[in-house]
Formats: sequence, C-alpha cells, structure tokens
Amino acid sequence: MSLERFINQAVSSWMSEDGPDSDIVLSSRIRLARNLKEMKFPALASGEESGEVISHVKEMLQQGCPSRFGPLELLKMEEIQPLQKRVLVEKHLISPHLAEHSPHGAILLSENEQVSIMLNEEDHIRIQCLFPGLQLSEALQAANEMDDWLEGGIDYAFDEQYGYLTSCPTNAGTGLRASVMMHLPGLVLTQQLNRILPAINQLGLVVRGIYGEGSEALGNIFQISNQITLGKSEDDIVEDLKSVVSQLISQERSAREALAKTSNIQLEDRVFRSYGTLANSRIIETKEAASCLSDVRLGIDMGYIKNISKNILNELMILTQPGFLQQYAGGPLRPEERDIRRAALIRERMKMELSQ
Amino acid sequence: MICQECNQRPATLHFTNFSNGEKTEMHLCERCAQEKGEMFMMNQGPGFSINNLLAGLLNMEPAFKTKAKEPFPQEKVIQCDNCSLTFPQFVKIGRFGCAHCYDAFREQLSPVIRRLHSGNSTHNGKVPQRIGGSIQLQRNIASLKNTLSEHIAREEFEKAVELRDQIRSLEKELAEKRRGGE
Repeated sequence: MSLERFINQAVSSWMSEDGPDSDIVLSSRIRLARNLKEMKFPALASGEESGEVISHVKEMLQQGCPSRFGPLELLKMEEIQPLQKRVLVEKHLISPHLAEHSPHGAILLSENEQVSIMLNEEDHIRIQCLFPGLQLSEALQAANEMDDWLEGGIDYAFDEQYGYLTSCPTNAGTGLRASVMMHLPGLVLTQQLNRILPAINQLGLVVRGIYGEGSEALGNIFQISNQITLGKSEDDIVEDLKSVVSQLISQERSAREALAKTSNIQLEDRVFRSYGTLANSRIIETKEAASCLSDVRLGIDMGYIKNISKNILNELMILTQPGFLQQYAGGPLRPEERDIRRAALIRERMKMELSQ
Repeated sequence: MICQECNQRPATLHFTNFSNGEKTEMHLCERCAQEKGEMFMMNQGPGFSINNLLAGLLNMEPAFKTKAKEPFPQEKVIQCDNCSLTFPQFVKIGRFGCAHCYDAFREQLSPVIRRLHSGNSTHNGKVPQRIGGSIQLQRNIASLKNTLSEHIAREEFEKAVELRDQIRSLEKELAEKRRGGE
C-alpha cells in the first residue's frame, strides 16, 4: 500500500480539518459514561449478560440511529485482530482496557471516526465525541445527541442523588470527562509550565502528557481534563475547562512571541535542526521523533517553515507509534527495527509534502 | 537523563517518594529497576494509579467505625443483594458491581463520594428524560417556588399569582406521572 493511502486510512478525516485555535489545541473530546439499570457492571457480568448489552444496542442501531456523522458500524473485540485493536487504541478510539481486558467488548464507530461508543468497557456504555481544535461545547452537544438516542431505548442506571451511576465512583454524577489535547512548546521552552501546572490542579483539573509515560510529555503535547464529575452541571464543567484552556492559549501565545523577540535565531536554528533530523535520519526513537515533530510544528505555526502542512505533527505522532508502524510493515517488528521503520516513514512523509 | 544505577542507559522510570516531608527521587532504566526489585506496582502495568489510590481512600473509612462496639461483627458485613459484592470487596477493587450497590452501600458511601468530588454529594446535571421525568419536574417546581417567594417578598403579587398557578399545574402533572409509573 502506498504511504499516502495508508495515511488516509490511518488518520481520521476529522483530524485534517481546522478548528478554532487549532494552532495550539489539537483536539477536544467529550466522554459520557452510562450503564444499564438492571445489569451487572461489565467487570462482574457474565458473557451472556454482556452479549445482551451488545445485542440490545445492535437492535436499536438497526431501527436507525440519528447520528449526524453518518451510520455507525459495530465492531466486536473478539472478532478483530490484536494488531487492529492496537491501532484503534493508538488513534484514541478505544481504551487499552477495552482492547486488552474486555473479551465481550465492542465499539460503535462512525465512518469519520468522530463518534465512538464503547460497549462493555468499565461501564456498559461510553460515548466519545472528538472535534478538531477547541470545540468542547460542540462535542458536548454531539455526545448529548447520541446519549438521548440511546436513552430512548435503554433504561439507564440513574439515582436522584448520585446521578448517572458508574462502575467507578470517580465518574458518578454526570459521567462526563471533557478533555483537550494541547501543544505547548512555548510554555515548556520558557519553563513556565511547571509554575502553571500546580495552579491548574488546584482548580480540579488534571494535566498529563498524552504520549509517553509518567511525568514526561512527549512532543510537548498535554491533555487537560476535569477531575470532578459530581455536583457541577455538564455545561459548567465544560465552561470551567474552557476558561482555563483559553488562559493557557493566551499564555502560550505570549510565550511564543517572547521567544521570537528574545531568541529568534536560536529558535529558528532549533526548528531547522529538527527539520533536518526528521528529513534525514535513518534510525529514530519515539522520543526524539516526538521532540523534533514538536519543533517543526512550532516552526510552521511561527512562520519559519512555509511549505509543510500543519497536520504533520498530529499525523506523525499517531503514525509513528508501534502499532501503526507494524501495521504499515505488515507484521511484528522488534524495537530496533521499529526505529528504522519510523525514520523511513517520516522521511517519506516529508518528501510527500515537498512534492505537492 | 541517565540511569543512576548503571550510568549507561537512559532512565525511563522516575520514582518520587515523599516521607516525613522529605522528597527522594530515583531515576532508573527499566533493567536496573527490575534488578533492584523495586518494581512495587510495575508488574501490574500502568493500570496502577487510580485503583490503588482509591482503595487507600476508601480504606480510611473503617478506621472511624471500629471505635463503636459491634456485638456481632461477623454478621455485619454489608453486601449488595443484587450482585453480592460486599463492601470490603468494593473497597479493595474500587469498583461497584452493579447500580444497586449504590443503594446497598449508601450510608458508607457519602463521605467517600464527598472526598472524591471536592465536597459535592448531589448530582446537579443532566437527567434522563424518559425515566427521570419526575425528577426534572421536581426540580422545576423547586426553582419556581424559590422565585415565588422572591416575588412575595417584593410584594409583586400579580406575578406571584401567575407562578402559583403554574406550580399547581406542574404538581398535578407530577402526581399523575407518579400514579402512571406505579
């Protein structure tokens, strides 16, 4: 398969669209957790009971689903290959939990992959909507539409005091997790982020690096989400997150301006060195690739690099993960082989850009 | 950063330990960490955090209760009658077994929920339309009653009369809904 076709299949179509503030906010996501009233939660449910959840939703699907993102397709975890599951995880369409620990799990997926509904993960139903840029309210509205459709045919577990009942008490209430993925190289380079993060935590929000493990954030990409799901309305949760994100956007913008003023040539040097590495290296590890991609994306946003599309960061962060590399190679790869493949894929992708 | 044990490989595992107000940090590569046998929770993979933290949080509960004398402690294990999950099991895994667990553990749950949700204990968001219709109505009535007393305090009696009628018809609707649902 040609790289171009592979990328087109691998990158969800919504990702190539532009959204508000998409120079800094890569994507917005809303997740709603729901459960069926009379069924044991998936962790305790038998295979038969879990099967009922799926067939119930399947029936509803056949009667027609009002999704404005086109028809939804049902995929059962037991019917797809481990490598395909891994690819779905790397696209953030399903959780690692669903891929690895949910033998009776399934997913409903819209064609453009903006809506995904996980069945029998930790909760019976998890609705997820993804939008490019900062569009939390839009994502919430889309998730609510799917929720209303499901509620039409399902008796949800709901309690007057604790709201929507979930398997884990940390999700009870609204069952809502709102999150945004942000690219914050300016705040990292000027070392302001360490100062800002504790303040964000105090506001009941969680910040983590979305790629990479532990405290490290690969590619200067951070995920910011709400911690508390009970006591605030859905709109308030989204508004609170939005206002913090807007603050971060303006701080990131002024950090970038300051960098351009005080160390223009150093920044330009850094950007083009990273560009050179991506365009020429023969072996590259995830970490180095991520940091170079972040530099190049910053270079594009700041106007140093003109002939490359902005999507290259989002795209290659996803495509250079182990699952995708192996899918592209058509089989399992050892870590050393992956580093070689990764370098080749990035080089080829950069060449594609220049020939356009 | 280089691993502080072998000084060769890059450190990929970073441990921070707080005890008695003192902070110690360790930066190890995967191999040295394994050799050190300090792989506390690592063999369970990255799924560690929330489960264990939650169990720790929930575990604090019994500490308050042990003081009260329990004449028949053996028979006092609280259990969900629907899925048979016991409260100690819930504390251990940090997950409920079914929606009924919330009812079964309601008494023990309140402080836990409060701690998890910054002191909040009552849902204030969306209500499912079909099964939650009466809850929605109750909320509307409550908020109208609030406005009503504001109008009375400001001696705006015409508006108050209007509201009173509105409340009455909503209450009628609520009563009908309840009768129909049972």
